[in-house]
Amino acid sequence: MDGTLPELFSGWFAGRGWKPRPHQLAMLLAARAGESALLIAPTGGGKTLAGFLPSLVGLHEAPREGLHTLYVSPLKALATDIARNLTAPVTEMGLAVTIETRTGDTPANRRRRQREAPPNILLTTPESLAVLLSLADAPALFTGLSRVVVDEVHALAGTKRGDQLALCLSRLRGIAPSTRIAGLSATVAHPAALMAYCGAHRLIEAPDGTPPDISLMLPPGELSWAGHMGLEAAPLVLARIREAGMTIVFVNTRAQAELIFQELWKLNDETLPIALHHGSLEVEQRRKVEAAMSAGRLRAVVATSSLDLGIDWGGVDQVLQIGAPKGVSRLLQRVGRANHRMDEASRAVLVPANRFEVLECEAAIEGVAARELDGDPPRPGGLDVLAQHLLGMACGAPFMPDDAYAEIRTAQPYANLPREDFDAVLEYVATGGYALAAYEQNHRLFTDSEGRAHVRSARIAAQHRMNIGTIVEAPLLKVKLVGRRRFGPVLGEVEEYFVNQLRPGDAFIFAGRKLKFLRVHEMAVEAAEGGEDDPLVPAYAGGRLPLSTNLAARVRGLLQSPRDWPRFPEQVADWLRLQQKRSRLPGRDDLLVETFPRGGCWYLVAYCFEGRNAHQTLGMLLTKRMERAGFAPLGFVATDYVIGIWSAFQPTGIAALFDQDMLGDDLEEWMADSSMLKRSFRNVAVIAGLIHRNSPGADKNRRQVTVNSDLIYEVLRRHQPDHILLRATRDDAAHGLIDLERVAGMLARVHGRIVHMVLSRVSPLAVPILLEIGREQVTSEADQDDLLAEAEAVVAEAMSESEPAMPQPRPAGRKPAPVQRDLFNA
Amino acid sequence: MSAAPIHVAGERLMLDPAGALLWPEHGLMAVSDLHLEKGTAFARQGMLLPPWDTRATLDRLALLLRRYRPRIVVALGDSFHDRGGAARLPAAEVARITAMTGATRFVWVLGNHDPQPAGQLGGDWVDEFSLGALIFRHQGNATVVRTDSPGEICGHHHPKAAIAVRGGTQSRACFVADARRVMLPAFGAYTGGLDVTHPEISRLFPRGGRVFLLGRERLFSFALAVPKRGAAR
Repeated sequence: MDGTLPELFSGWFAGRGWKPRPHQLAMLLAARAGESALLIAPTGGGKTLAGFLPSLVGLHEAPREGLHTLYVSPLKALATDIARNLTAPVTEMGLAVTIETRTGDTPANRRRRQREAPPNILLTTPESLAVLLSLADAPALFTGLSRVVVDEVHALAGTKRGDQLALCLSRLRGIAPSTRIAGLSATVAHPAALMAYCGAHRLIEAPDGTPPDISLMLPPGELSWAGHMGLEAAPLVLARIREAGMTIVFVNTRAQAELIFQELWKLNDETLPIALHHGSLEVEQRRKVEAAMSAGRLRAVVATSSLDLGIDWGGVDQVLQIGAPKGVSRLLQRVGRANHRMDEASRAVLVPANRFEVLECEAAIEGVAARELDGDPPRPGGLDVLAQHLLGMACGAPFMPDDAYAEIRTAQPYANLPREDFDAVLEYVATGGYALAAYEQNHRLFTDSEGRAHVRSARIAAQHRMNIGTIVEAPLLKVKLVGRRRFGPVLGEVEEYFVNQLRPGDAFIFAGRKLKFLRVHEMAVEAAEGGEDDPLVPAYAGGRLPLSTNLAARVRGLLQSPRDWPRFPEQVADWLRLQQKRSRLPGRDDLLVETFPRGGCWYLVAYCFEGRNAHQTLGMLLTKRMERAGFAPLGFVATDYVIGIWSAFQPTGIAALFDQDMLGDDLEEWMADSSMLKRSFRNVAVIAGLIHRNSPGADKNRRQVTVNSDLIYEVLRRHQPDHILLRATRDDAAHGLIDLERVAGMLARVHGRIVHMVLSRVSPLAVPILLEIGREQVTSEADQDDLLAEAEAVVAEAMSESEPAMPQPRPAGRKPAPVQRDLFNA
Repeated sequence: MSAAPIHVAGERLMLDPAGALLWPEHGLMAVSDLHLEKGTAFARQGMLLPPWDTRATLDRLALLLRRYRPRIVVALGDSFHDRGGAARLPAAEVARITAMTGATRFVWVLGNHDPQPAGQLGGDWVDEFSLGALIFRHQGNATVVRTDSPGEICGHHHPKAAIAVRGGTQSRACFVADARRVMLPAFGAYTGGLDVTHPEISRLFPRGGRVFLLGRERLFSFALAVPKRGAAR
């Protein structure tokens, strides 16, 4: 195989004491055979070089002007880093190859020059590629393109950014049919799906590296029954940090990151340099932390998934994961951040935050050993992304709908797109759909006499280019630190709904500081250092990933095999034995439901193990049914493992309660006014271009985006319930926030296998969920009414003596007498 | 839906959770701040709200008319979002409104957004409206209400209140009331709100009062604190 490599290259490898790896040569062979390929290799496997080797060899053998290879990565930082790493071999071998990056940060004059005199290799992101393709000179730029290298394909496929990239690739193949794609991916559960995504003819797999060394660490004393923060482990975590050179402390949510960081610094008497890194911090702050990491000036970073992907920081000695890892693939990705070298074992320590998480951590370690990866099978591409793409196509050049439809179906996520859906999306792009067609602003395309779709004006095209992209942030407000003077640094951004809960003077924790909320001024939160009360911690929507299906199955398996228990911490094993004695353990394929009385209520606890999102949905549906059955449900709470519902009366007929037919009318009714759907709709409306994030010459504030999208959602629901954007919203929610697929899957699986235990008191396994009660937020409007009623009753009870005198105050907490229909005519 | 009784200036009134005030003795129903045609007003400035707000607001009004069959309807001002609002009404909505004003006595109190009568819609267009012991005006008047003056029913500020509940805060449109005055929430579909602790509202309730948050089935009642001295800046 060595013969495939030109002498210049083999000399270069030898000169550095390296040998080309088999998968690197295999990529070269695939390129020579004119094939697209997917390379699956673990971190540190020389993936990037494998992706670029065919381009460098090609350009060495046949030097030429113009764009030869396009590199697309999900991270801007990655593109910049790769440019640096690629320049080294190019200069050392003296190759006449030009390399440039193009991202959202590239200055306008360089962008223009890149279009006039393109480099041989252009490194970019899916969004910047979509912008390039929407320009009129895109065909000239891409016509000579021979290769596209897509990095971290596993992180893109199956997401909306992946849908967008797939559509862009279909466009590129339309412009330059001979283009070949090289996908680079970490190890995944569904390689065949990823191959299809890349249109790969060949799968190349690099051998696995040394298996990682993962262990469990428990805080001393009684194991926590509930809670996800893991703060009590801080002293142990600090001790670990002290022993290693450089540690990444991964946590699951930004709120948790803030709290752990605070806790570590409370103990950090030696002032070890420990930093904080999460997605809500100001970009500049994050860059500073990253730079300090690269320079080896830090001993630890507390991070969320913001550090999951990305460039090799080097020098990371160990990874600590606080809280359960939620999925094997995710754990592997994080563990891989330590020792970015293939031939050394990565070291990682898991720190469960409660006893259920002990089980999950054990299950994850097993899963890693068995290399059982998780990941969802491919899903159809989003219609909102398609809408954005169609407008982008029209901005580039007028198109015939038939041709566009044919081209789009070459993108794997849209391979099965029905023609009527395509037409509906095109109609939406052209006019807004009939419920929204009243406004000329929604008319963006017109059709000429031959049937070609044209963009209506240059202004629409300009606006479209400013709004390309599929990442929609929740509405955020900047947090500004103000001192005596009014000017202060921006610390980062918090979600608007969190700010809405704050009253002036309230304390909250953000960016590792305790702050006092002063006020909101010009779309920024002004805060001062300090604050006296118990601080609130900003919560972030969608911050928590649900437990993966495979990992859930493993947890179930562990519960069912008592011979594995001896290796658990003693407290956990005792806990499970006691459960076995008092009730029973959830089985592999059945559904254990316990009911028991407690404190004047009846509790129903179902051990579903389907993840929080699915449990939230199921909880809503179950309470509706229980209401109809007359059990008077009072509330419910969901974790990744369990649902708990409490009711005034004893629930019976449990099997019927979990019948699959709850996915019919009940679901429709609930979905109609679920606030989660409104949240999904906002994203869909922004992606599909109904609401603009940016307008030429205008600074649209985000609060308006929220308000507008909720209103439009209501209007569409009433006047055009089959509008394409509502369909896109429901599709999104079914996969994500409400996770219908898992609910449906579980109900089908457990049909006829429901094990109901009627107990006289709470079972050991049910204790954690009972402790969760009161921590959860509820979201449906009906529930919000209940909360208000509760607050009203509690306040009335506590304050009944001191209320301001109203003539005839209404008896507190009791419903007023119903009014007769014909109040006035009586 | 159940309305809650309150007493203002000795009169027994009912507050409906949809945001309407009822005066059974006179068969009167009052609503405030309909802001009709706000959608088109915003669209003209380039901010695209969907054009269905007028229809949605009138749907809700029609429901209340059917439910309570009032003999007098008082719209407490800002019935239209801007001066041109009445002229922009689609023909179908004009027909609906004239049908309403033809069937029931309608009193349109003029507001700051709609200072001029739109006579073509029918009904009486007045600056303020007095009946028995009550006076209906758009903006509450802090200086004139004394114990012997009439009780005041007003709108204008779109009051809303934030209540701390388990797990967060609930912010809702609300009525604000004391023994002399009721401030109505905005009835229109696209209306924001001003927190009841804002000095503009709290100065109208110098001795505190109660807020009634709108719920789906009923109102939720909470005390409105006495405003702090000097809080109004």
